[in-house]
Formats: sequence, C-alpha cells, structure tokens
Amino acid sequence: MNFSNILSAIAEVDPEVFERTSARRPIIRKWMKGAALTAIPLALGGLFNKAYGKKTDAISDILNFALTLEYLERDFYQLALNASIGSPAANDPLIPPGLDQQAIIEIGGHELKHVRFLIQTLTSMGVTPISKPTFDFTANNTFPNIFSDYPTFLAVAQVFEDTGVRAYKGAMPLLVGNSLLTTALQIHSTEGRHAAHIRTTRRDTPSNLNTGTITPWVVGVQTNISGSIGVSSYIGEDNTLQNNIQITGINGLQITEDAATASFDEPLDATSVTAIIAPFIVP
Amino acid sequence: MTETSTLEKAAAANVSRRRFFGIAGMMAGAGLLVSATGCKKSDDPGLDVGGGDNGILNYAYILEQLEAAFYIQVVATPYDGMSVQELGIFTQIRDHEIAHREFFKNLLANAALAAIEVDFSKIFFKKRTSVLDTAISFEDLGVSAYNGVGHLIKNVDYLSAASKIVSVEARHAATLRDIKASGTFAAQDVINSVTGLDTQRSPQEVLAIAQQFIKTKLNSLNLPS
Repeated sequence: MNFSNILSAIAEVDPEVFERTSARRPIIRKWMKGAALTAIPLALGGLFNKAYGKKTDAISDILNFALTLEYLERDFYQLALNASIGSPAANDPLIPPGLDQQAIIEIGGHELKHVRFLIQTLTSMGVTPISKPTFDFTANNTFPNIFSDYPTFLAVAQVFEDTGVRAYKGAMPLLVGNSLLTTALQIHSTEGRHAAHIRTTRRDTPSNLNTGTITPWVVGVQTNISGSIGVSSYIGEDNTLQNNIQITGINGLQITEDAATASFDEPLDATSVTAIIAPFIVP
Repeated sequence: MTETSTLEKAAAANVSRRRFFGIAGMMAGAGLLVSATGCKKSDDPGLDVGGGDNGILNYAYILEQLEAAFYIQVVATPYDGMSVQELGIFTQIRDHEIAHREFFKNLLANAALAAIEVDFSKIFFKKRTSVLDTAISFEDLGVSAYNGVGHLIKNVDYLSAASKIVSVEARHAATLRDIKASGTFAAQDVINSVTGLDTQRSPQEVLAIAQQFIKTKLNSLNLPS
C-alpha cells in the first residue's frame, strides 16, 4: 500500500510537524527531534507522577486504549485518502477533491497528532505505548466497499467519530482531578467537531444509506444509516434524565425529547467500545 | 478569524451601550431578570460566582444563560437571508442551550445565583456575519470553558454532566463554523496545530471575555483555579 500521497497531502497542511514515514512503521522513533513536541508530554508526565503514583496502571491503560482508537481513526482516514475508485483502477479518488478532501485531511491530521501526543505522553510516564493493531476496515467483508463507496466511508466515519466521543467521555470519571483530564477533554471536543462535520457532510451527500434527518448532533438512538450499521454505537443516547433531572419539558418549557437527547452526549464504557471496534481489528 | 479577535473587535467598537431589554420569544419562567443593582459603581465587587463545585456550576449556568439568551434572540429576529436550514439549526441549538441552562438551574436548586442580565448591544442581529461570528465565538468559548474547568470539578457526577455537554457545544461550534465557511469546523485558531488539541481556558479567562456581553458584573475571585 502506497501512503505517499496522503502523507504529502497532510504535510502540506502541516509542514512543521509532519515527518515522512510509512504508516506501517512505528511512528515513535523520531519524536525527540522536536523540542516543542517533547516539552508538553514531559511536563504532563511530571504532573502525572506527582498526582497519581499508584494509579499509573489504570491511567496508562486508559491512554493506551485511547491510542488504539486514534490508531484506528488515523489509518482509516489515511487509507481513505489514498483510495482510488473506478474500474479498472482509475485515478478517481474515493473522497471528492476540494472541500471534502481537505476536511478529511484535516481530520486525519488531527488523529495523527493525537496518536503522537498519546505516545509521547505514555513514554514520558515510562509506559510502553501499545503497538498499532492490524486493521481490517471491511470488518471481515461486512463493508467490502468501505474504500470504494464514499457514502459507506462517511457512514463508518460517523460511527467512529461518535463512538470516539463516547469513549473519551466514558473515561472522564476515571481521570477526575487529574491534569490529564484536561488533555482528554481537549481531544474529546476535537472529536466532537469531527463528528459534527462528518454528519453535515453526510447530510449534504445524498445516498440510499442516509435515513431520517441527519443532524450534526445525536438525536435519540438514531444512526441515520440504513440497516444495522452503527446501532450499537448509539445505545443509550436516548437518555433524557441527567443527574436525576428530567430534561424533556424541563421547568414547563418546550424542550422536546429529541432536543433533550441531543443536548447531552452520552458516555460509553470501554467494554462496549471494544466490542464496537473489535470487528475492525485483525486478531 | 479567531474568537478573540471577533470579541476584541466587538469590544473595541465604540457602540453606544443601549440597554438590552427583554427578549422577544422568551419563554415564561425562563426570563433573564434585570439585575437589581441597576447602576453600578466602579468599586462594585460584582456578583460573586462563588467557590467549589457550586461556583463552577454557577459559572456554567451563567455561560448557558448567555448562550440561550443569544439564540432566543437569533431565532426571534432572524438575520436577513437566513435559510430554512439555518433557521432549523439555530432553533435546535437554542433548545439545547435552554436545556443546559435549565439543567444547571435545577441542579443548583437553592444555590443557583440570580439570573444574569445580558448586553447584546454590540451584536447586529439582522446581519448574518455579526450573528455567525458571535455564535462561533460563544460556542468556541463554551468549549474552552468546559475543557478548562473539568479538572477543577470535585464531584464526579458534575464532571460527567459537563463532559456530556461540552461535546454538544463542540458540535455546535463545528456546525456554525461550517455554515460560515465550510471546512473550518476544527481550524487552527481553535485546534492546536502540533497536538491536535482543542482550546481550554480558565474560568477567569472565560469570564473576562464573556463579561463583554453580560451587564451583570461578575466576580470570579472565589472560583477554583
């Protein structure tokens, strides 16, 4: 697989931090080159040791789990950006050139930075970052056209981003009072922005995969994807009770159930997230 | 355009400060009460937002009041040329912010501070750019506020609530940014170009910016930092 197109594309967007390297090789090797890149994680590591001590294992597990998700997203976008469609092997890109492609380059670039940032943070804590799994984005042929059909790619991208938001949210309580919590929140809201953009792109890209009214936010347990794709990623999103406060019709106001569910994103525990991404990981 | 520059520009504009009275379309019981203090002196210590988790919840309550009041006005007096799709987006965001505002009000119960009085005299609600720039500023500010305050929250249930809200604010921010200019949903003025991290701000930094749109003088000295 040739990644050079994507890599140079991202390098154009982000010439200072991008290093040309095969995505299949450990990205860790050249980090120490950039002073700006090393300063933050070292500081984080110091704070971490001071604040956590015995909880290192639990925290590093969370970070390694997050790293796995970021690896997944990064490879997903890199492969999509490199994919050609048409027959036979035409040069038509999967992702339409222009705004669509720029957006995926931006999102993929963020995932790449998250990968690096998490690896640096783990390393500064003295923890070995988890190795990148081997991914199968067809999910054992569930999505045979994942990199040849744009709407299918977008649908799975939506599921990944919304699941990512839920996964980080699920980890928040474990990081309470921790300076790493801020970092997690900062990645978390970035993923939220990605999710909204992917959803808007789906809304504006007609397809028979699109169902219902696609909004930038999650309404109830709606996947807005035909069939069973992504169903498990939205379980529990229909919650309207927050801290024992009923949001629907709160204080006699006309807050509908849809608005009540959409105004709060729900967390997802690591076990559920693992089950969702497992089909995309080659055992 | 960064949110800071938008806000600073708005602040710098020598607009006569006319009082912003009741908001058309505001729902019963959700009104923003006019501050009883009325004319303020310069040595007025301001409304003490408080300390501890309750202070943080009141801080969030204030920000959500600001956002809700803004969108109530946007929907009540749409800017020239607002599309049906845009009106739909603004209406949904309005309802989300009202839900957030009322949630914090109820969560705080007796500890909730009196409603703030907003000052939207620098916003031109009939102009698309003014409304979009302000909306983006508010949403990006809200995201940075929740991101920056999370580590100060002691009660894990409150942290959970804040984290459920912040990603929705991020969705709002991205959506509004894309309406203004497609593809700017996570531009480098908010997402760090090296780390890929979104912005975070301390409560003091946030309130210094938000104060430009809030008539009620706020005192954040007791907020955790």
